Parts: sequence; C-alpha cells; structure tokens
Amino acid sequence: MATKVQTTAGVKATENLTNEEILRYSRHLIMPEVGMEGQLKLKKARVLLIGTGGLGAPLGLYLAAAGVGKLGLVDFDVVDFTNLQRQVTFGTSDVGKPKSEAARARLSDLNPDIQVQAFEAKLTSENALELFRDFDIIVDGTDNFPTRYLVNDACVLLGKPNVYGSIFRFEGQVTIFGMPGGPCYRCLYPEPPPPGLVPSCAEGGVLGVLPGIVGSIQAMETIKLILGSGRNLTGRLLLFDALEMGFREFRLRKNPKCPMCGEHRTIDKLIDYYEFCGVRGEEAPAPDLKVPEITPRELKARLDRGEDLLILDVREPHEYQICNLRGHLIPLGELPRRVHELDSSREIVAHCRSGKRSAEAVDFLRKAGFRKILNLKGGILAWSDEVDASVPKY
Amino acid sequence: MAVKVLIPPPLRPHAGGQVAAEFSARNVAEALGQLTSEFEDLKRHLFTEEGRLRSFVNVYVNGEDIRYLAQEKTPTKDGDTINIIPSIAGGKP
Repeated sequence: MATKVQTTAGVKATENLTNEEILRYSRHLIMPEVGMEGQLKLKKARVLLIGTGGLGAPLGLYLAAAGVGKLGLVDFDVVDFTNLQRQVTFGTSDVGKPKSEAARARLSDLNPDIQVQAFEAKLTSENALELFRDFDIIVDGTDNFPTRYLVNDACVLLGKPNVYGSIFRFEGQVTIFGMPGGPCYRCLYPEPPPPGLVPSCAEGGVLGVLPGIVGSIQAMETIKLILGSGRNLTGRLLLFDALEMGFREFRLRKNPKCPMCGEHRTIDKLIDYYEFCGVRGEEAPAPDLKVPEITPRELKARLDRGEDLLILDVREPHEYQICNLRGHLIPLGELPRRVHELDSSREIVAHCRSGKRSAEAVDFLRKAGFRKILNLKGGILAWSDEVDASVPKY
Repeated sequence: MAVKVLIPPPLRPHAGGQVAAEFSARNVAEALGQLTSEFEDLKRHLFTEEGRLRSFVNVYVNGEDIRYLAQEKTPTKDGDTINIIPSIAGGKP
C-alpha cells in the first residue's frame, strides 16, 4: 500500500520521468541546481553534435548519460584504426563502420531512454539549415575551417547557440558563439588561415586525452545552457594548455562590423565555405604545389641501380624514429637555415609522410636555386604501399 | 622593460620549440618585430606579405584583444603578457 502511494505521488510529481529514469538520474535529482525541473529540461532538450570524433566522443557520452532527450549525430566518416587512440565512443570492432551509426549504437546502449539520430552525411550549405532547425543547441566538434564557418553562419542565421571547441596538439579553445548579443566565430576570426599554413591534427598530431577534456567542457557548457544555470562562456574564450596545465581566459567581443552578426549584415545566406577557405576539392586542404615528382617504384629502381641520390627527409625527428628511408633529416621548419647542409650539385629526392611537406620543401629549394630535386610522390606512406610493406604507416 | 610573449603550440615549431620569449618593447609592434627577427620563419605565419597582422591571428595584451585597444600600437610595459592566439580547427579526425 505504502509503495503504491509512493508510486502515485512519484508519478504526479515527475510528470514525464519514469521510475527507472528517476533512479538513473538520481544524482542529478538530489542536486537543487538540477532537480526534477532541470532533469525535465534535459529530457526536452534537442542537441545536434557536428562530428562524432575526438570532441564528439565525450560530448555524446556525457550528454546521453545526462539524459538529453534528443541527440543528433552528424558525421560522414567511418571509424579508422587511428581514431581509437582518442575517440572513446568506438571499440576496435567498430573499425570500418560509419561513425554516426557506431556512435548511435553506443549511446543508445548507454541510455535507451533517449532518442539518438544518426545523420551519415557531410554537413553542407545545402543541408545545414534544415538539419539545425530541429535542434535547440548546436555543438561544433568538427575538424576543419570550412565546416566551422558553415556551422557558425547557420547558427547565426537561425539564432541558435553554437558550443564551440577546437584542439591542436596540447591546446584547446572553448567558447559559446551565437548567443543573443554575443559574438560569433567571425567576430573572433574574420577569416580562416590559408590552406597549408596551419597543420591539421592528422599532420600535427593530438594527445588523446586533450579532446576528452575540451569535449567535456563543451558538454558541461551545453548542459548549463539547457538548465539556464551558472555563468556560461559567452564572450569569453577559454584556452586550455595541457602541457603547462592551465587555463587562460580572453575577453571576446562582438564585432560591430562583423559581416555575419554585426549591425550591417552582409552575409544573409550560406555560402561556399570551401571557396571561402581557399580549399580546392573537399578533402584537399593543402595547396597543390606543382613540383617535379618521382614515384616510390622509380626511386626504388634507381637506388637498386646504385645511382647517387640524396634522400632528404623533411619530417620531424620523432617521426624519423617511427620509420625512415635512411635519409638525411632536416625538418621542414629548419630547412631555411640548414640549407647549406645540402649539395645542390647532387640529385635530391625529398620525402615526408604523405608528400605534402616535402612538396613545400622542393618548392622552397627550387626557389633557392636547386635544380636537381624531386618530391617522393605519396611519401613514406606510398613507399610502404608500393615498395616495402615492412615500413609501418602512421 | 621585459614583456613576455607567449607562443602558442601551433607556432612553436617555427620558434625553436619555445613556449615564451621576453623582450623589452614599448608596444606590441616592437615586441612582435623582435620576435620575428629572432625567429624569421614565424614572420609569414603572423604577418601578410604587406606586413599586416594576419586576420586569423589574434593578439591579446593582458587578456584584452588589441583590436579593441590601439592595435599594434598598443603600449606595453614591464610585466605585461602578450598572447598570440591563432585559429585552430581540430576536433574530429
């Protein structure tokens, strides 16, 4: 009898939470800052995650666990073996599966009471507005400049908050754009860097825990926005330096002249963001430097014939330790001041991991007067594929 | 007059791996000028060919964006910290 009364009273007080949900969220419910009211707000909330990778992993896991009622996951990629070092949503058995679907399965298992929608698609100017409309908060966990400007512009056009996070090696940036009266991404960075000037994570690397921390901060800010509690990061850029282990904060102002959110908006629809970012072709962020090339097979044949070729490795010393072609190591960044180490009368073949940095090196050396210099097409990755499979790929 | 310039991780490879450098400088332009003459490779990352600060590189003096102060003429004094914050895009891959 007592049990029955309790249940009835419980149902009355909770409206939409089942007894199972009450148990699941009990550590939220006993906090006055969340309580039943807050938990119901979470249940009603609709959050769209752009990217289900490094940042998306803690975001998805914590928002699902917290009981955010509807989660959308946008990703066109498939799970790769090199993702597992940081993208903790995925297991080894997920390799080769679409990320959005693998993440949906994991999050639904974590919390079957919420709705998780997978969008296995690339976010584009054509689909962004329609996709964003069904959600209250957009969380940017993507990995490239065109998509970041696209997410920003779509959020400003629709008046939706954009919980922003980005990472590089040991450093992360977090803030919230698109709040009423607050700045947008274009206020902070009016223009993207030209392609190739800023290395991507694939080139620059990233410590696996870093997206865990930055994505968790984004998750916390998302939950605070939903609950309407505390002081959020609008107008503040939070910078996290994992090496120094510290946070710094910078004031972010709304730019009155911002073409997107300023007084005189000049951008009133979504544009071509690849063109805006100077990227030709969607998956080619580096400029196509036209330099003379040699294929791995040609190089192998010439070395086997005993020809006098100098192999110039322009990677970093720690990459040389992973694998090498016994080349002379001068990291790209040191090339200008170490160019005297090279004999311009000898034929030189420059290489890196994928052929991108070495193309820059060849370009630089040609401008410096070197004439007999070639770029190893596809770098050490192609060497591993075409010549010597015992050379590890990384 | 030592002004501390903090070098962000993406630019450290172009600054001999250094986290920070100190200069005696009366304003931001002087500090960045000394920084880029010490590390020449940094120049193209911070400035356009016309010598203007690139628009994806933000500079802060003691936490305040110089765009809202006196730009590169923003005065600096002993003990000030200059932060260089370039845009980074990483997250998903």
